Amino acid sequence: MIFKPGSRWKSAVCSAEVIVVRTAPQDVTLACGGLKMIAPDEPTPEVTASVTITGNDVGVSVGKRYIDAETGLEVLGAKPGKGSLSVDARPMQLKEAKALPASD
Amino acid sequence: MKVSLLLEMAATSAPERVALGSLKQSLSYAGLEMRAKAGAAWLASQPAEKTVFIGLNGWAFPALIFASARAGKPITPLNYRLPDADLNRLLALSAPATAVIDDDMITRITPPPNVSILSRSKFEALCLDASLQASEIPERENEIALLLFTSGTTGEPKTAVLKHHNLTSYVLSTVEFMNADETDASLVSVPPYHIAGVSAVLTGIYSGRRIFYLSAFSPEDWVETVEREKISHAMVVPTMLNRILDVIAERKTSLPQLKALSYGGGKMPLPVIERALKCLPHVAFVNAYGLTETSSTVSVLGPDDHRLAIASDDARIRERLNSVGRPIPGLELKIADENGNPLMAGKWGEICVRGEQVAGEYLQKKVISADGWFPTNDAGWLDDDGYLYLDGRLDDVIVRGGENISPGEIEDVLRQHTLVKDVAVIGLPDAQWGEKIGAVIVPNTANVSEEDLAVWVKTRLRSTKTPEFWEFRDELPYNETGKLLRRLLKEELSN
Repeated sequence: MIFKPGSRWKSAVCSAEVIVVRTAPQDVTLACGGLKMIAPDEPTPEVTASVTITGNDVGVSVGKRYIDAETGLEVLGAKPGKGSLSVDARPMQLKEAKALPASD
Repeated sequence: MKVSLLLEMAATSAPERVALGSLKQSLSYAGLEMRAKAGAAWLASQPAEKTVFIGLNGWAFPALIFASARAGKPITPLNYRLPDADLNRLLALSAPATAVIDDDMITRITPPPNVSILSRSKFEALCLDASLQASEIPERENEIALLLFTSGTTGEPKTAVLKHHNLTSYVLSTVEFMNADETDASLVSVPPYHIAGVSAVLTGIYSGRRIFYLSAFSPEDWVETVEREKISHAMVVPTMLNRILDVIAERKTSLPQLKALSYGGGKMPLPVIERALKCLPHVAFVNAYGLTETSSTVSVLGPDDHRLAIASDDARIRERLNSVGRPIPGLELKIADENGNPLMAGKWGEICVRGEQVAGEYLQKKVISADGWFPTNDAGWLDDDGYLYLDGRLDDVIVRGGENISPGEIEDVLRQHTLVKDVAVIGLPDAQWGEKIGAVIVPNTANVSEEDLAVWVKTRLRSTKTPEFWEFRDELPYNETGKLLRRLLKEELSN
């Protein structure tokens, strides 16, 4: 699907939630722990043992940003979880923080 | 993404961490989130689609910002320092609204139709109501987060429209989530009705830095508070800094716990920032330039820039203490001619910005171009390395006999004269030239003459840039955020 900026998505396999910060111009599948992410009001599907939670090493941290370089899709971690994010099965990369002095 | 999510994230990650208050009496992120939740539930039950806040800083203000965001109702903090008639006029313009007003300010208000009033003490009480805190409200979309009346130094106040997207984009591009040390604390002395008062809440919460409010500014109180409250970060306007430095010198203190001091909102005189850098060698200075319409900061002159400039023998590098630095990440900035075309480095023109934090929209009209550029009405130029120098408002430019003359350049020259304490240069009507140059001087001593000052300018600039009208005063009119009110001077002296 084409993601709306500001839209919120929850993981089907863990407690992670993300917000879309920058959208991709094309149809993509956003997944967490290998399973398609769902809208906050959608019921969480039963996860059976046969579902592979891929890339369980990175997870989602609150306040971290994750980017898919190929499509430009960028999300912000709103709730933490164990599952790792992917776009069309490509693992999303952690966006490096830049140091900016406080100005407010 | 709504601004309320910023607090939600902080409360999820660090519920027990101190969000605001003093070392002795503080409120945690979870505590603030619960209050905002209760406030939102109550606001959702009110018919009006907007929220107004008239009051001093304190936890009720951030609670109301986040409560309004959750309830999908834009918030408008109003300037309580305005005369009663003006304050009531702005309140009427904000109707229909639910207004939360400081208890001792309510008597100043004549409630307009469609405005329901709740005292601050009642609002604070309902934020603590357990059943309101527990109630869930349906998600309600509203793109607009904040409606702010701009200070209007050049005319009638306008209502700037700031969307959730603008404000959260600004926070995400300038602040790393929870990157502050647990012991860090920001001293906020800007009022709630200023964009910096709102952005201080949003960036403070997101960075995890405790917010401490200074209710009214005095340099003595400021210094005492920094020491007592172990303040690590503070933001000041230029007029505050020199007075603070006087107190620091008097008390022979060095404010060892202060890590960073940012300033903005008006032109910082070079001698003041040079003095500050010498007096507080351990402090990271940041000059920030921003506007209401851009969700606050668009460019910063960082700590390294300051230290490099003050230590340099190269006039070009040293000059950077007069600059507002370079654009922040994710923001484009250009200097444009009157047709919006970009100008080369060194050329004077209008500062235009583009980016997700840029709203560039008023309730009255949208001023952003089709390709997203917002003309700021601020004039300036960029140097070869991309450092931005401000040079007044476009409206302030004096047009004398067809020549465009920038008041800033003449003011800078006059300010270097030892007998000049402060100065404002303005255009005044003139039958022969269209406009003539007027200088209003605040002298250091009584024995300063027009002739001396005229020669001073003439030998440093040229005769067409030498003021033809002189007036001496005890002080110049500034608004409370340190902006010179040229329009007022112009009106007074035009007759």
